[in-house]
Amino acid sequence: MSTTPTATADQIFILLKNWLVHFLPAAWQPLAGVVLCVVAIVGVFPGLFAVSVLLERKGLGRMQNRYGPNRVGPHGIFQPIADGLKSLTKEDIVPFRADAVVHFIAPLVLVVAVFMGFAVLPMGRNMVLVDMDAGLLFFFAMGASTELSIFMAGWSSRNKYSLLGAMRGVAQMISYEVALLMSSVAVVMITGSLSLTKIVGAQNSYSGIFPHWYVFTPWGFAGFLMFSIAAMAETNRSPFDLPEGESELVAGYFTEYSGFKFALFFLGEYVGMFGIAGMATTLFLGGWSAPLSFLQILPSWFWFFSKLMIAMCLFIWIRGTLPRLRQDQLMNFAWKFVLPMTLVNLADVAIWRFMGEGWLRWVACSAMLLAAYVGMGRVEMQRGKIGPRSYRYAE
Amino acid sequence: MLGEGILKGLGETARNFAGSFVSAERLTTVQYPEERIAPIEATRDFPFLVYDSKDPADSEEWLKGMRCVACQICEKECPPKCIYIEKSKDKKPDALGKPQAYPVRFDIDISVCMSCQICVEVCPFEAIKMDTEFELSTTDRFGGLMHDRRQLAKSNEYYHRIHPTEAAEVDARLAEEKAKADAKAAADKAKAAAAAAAKPAVPAAGASAVATPAPATTEKPEASA
Repeated sequence: MSTTPTATADQIFILLKNWLVHFLPAAWQPLAGVVLCVVAIVGVFPGLFAVSVLLERKGLGRMQNRYGPNRVGPHGIFQPIADGLKSLTKEDIVPFRADAVVHFIAPLVLVVAVFMGFAVLPMGRNMVLVDMDAGLLFFFAMGASTELSIFMAGWSSRNKYSLLGAMRGVAQMISYEVALLMSSVAVVMITGSLSLTKIVGAQNSYSGIFPHWYVFTPWGFAGFLMFSIAAMAETNRSPFDLPEGESELVAGYFTEYSGFKFALFFLGEYVGMFGIAGMATTLFLGGWSAPLSFLQILPSWFWFFSKLMIAMCLFIWIRGTLPRLRQDQLMNFAWKFVLPMTLVNLADVAIWRFMGEGWLRWVACSAMLLAAYVGMGRVEMQRGKIGPRSYRYAE
Repeated sequence: MLGEGILKGLGETARNFAGSFVSAERLTTVQYPEERIAPIEATRDFPFLVYDSKDPADSEEWLKGMRCVACQICEKECPPKCIYIEKSKDKKPDALGKPQAYPVRFDIDISVCMSCQICVEVCPFEAIKMDTEFELSTTDRFGGLMHDRRQLAKSNEYYHRIHPTEAAEVDARLAEEKAKADAKAAADKAKAAAAAAAKPAVPAAGASAVATPAPATTEKPEASA
């Protein structure tokens, strides 16, 4: 390994881990290394969660022409600490007729499942906990098990709102999971691997100063858009936050949760967002690779976490902009627009793969996607056209 | 095209977000405990009892000048029944100088009061009016929110301060009534004097009581003022 300052900064966490581990006997070292990595992941992401909650509350406030929290500490920066302390000291209420065991396990299942996803995400050069050959599959398998937690929470609460929220949640997540997987299959088709480190490696090269990220190809751009839409639905974020739509369902599946269990759901939701944003980064935005070749002097983990936070800002921006969808709109959008688009994208990727180098494939692939997008959009929008409201008796 | 509206919306929120750092018009929030905006004149929340301040040095002036005669009309009209009145056995001179009963107990439970202003509208003596004081939080949710007559009694000057237009109208009306009552009393006295000692004077109380009740409908504060 080279010992330039840049390389040292790049590998600082790996070196730190190796230094910490070398105090232990050799037989213990692998296990201790893994435990250290797990501790780091479990420590870093709740920290980022606090930062992004603050960002969200302040940012959303600004978007809605108000200040957001500004009382706790200078400019309200200690608000997440106050929130955390508050949720720790609150009474933990379990409904009288609830299924107490399942009610208790549900938030744990959620948090464990979302944290498991990080095991395979490469967060920097050599910074991956388990370099699994089928990392992509593992990630989505873990992501899918959050549905279980949501249904456990909704079912065990014995509350109509919880159950409705949970049913909506499961329906929505299963629908969008198809689109999520389909849009990432495009990347797998090009890379020929399910290993996330290989996918990042394939994007970590430059033409001149510009990177070879998949988002800069026609199919990658379309795939990234579809992936983002599906990711937002998968993490129950606005405008797809029907499972917890507070205007009609109180708080959806976690209506009956209070205190620390509620905080765990909240944490799980945000860490899930980090996970899916990390996945989008890995698949389409070049993972930990620098956006311009001369920016490689900054460490790889810096780029990964920057992209993660930018994705979070995007999530917040979209939440501040779009109103919530209706259930039928949500389903129609998933099955009649996103899924067909991802299928077209798969065909597009195949064409891209077999047309070989040259400008022709850029034109052909872009035209195909654009035609599909415009055509499908036309059809969708025509169907959704609503005439003037007519009254039966009041005229 | 599909997605156009989303981009427009994103542009709008981005403009709001960036604009909030440079233009004060985009941040309309008033930071309440530190900054406050003056209440508009028609503001009202809970009722208070008006007293006419005659001798500010007197610590009992609030009771002496209290316009309320404990007629209990407001207590009966109050829709949520949050007014509790006990009438006095003795009498004291009211705003027109006539001896009248006064409330020995006048409590309003502001946790029940719904600020409907019906008590104000029915009061024939201009004795109960709407206040603008809203910082009434207390650590005692039963006793602390039950305001007694001392807490409710506020001077006519205070009334002028919070609702100038309305208070001026009320004062004009009261002065007119007082003039009328005085004229009547003078006329009665003259008549009594003229009728000589043969017949005793007609008690003035019965005659003036007819004139006293103010028309309730004209009392409504003009919100547009």
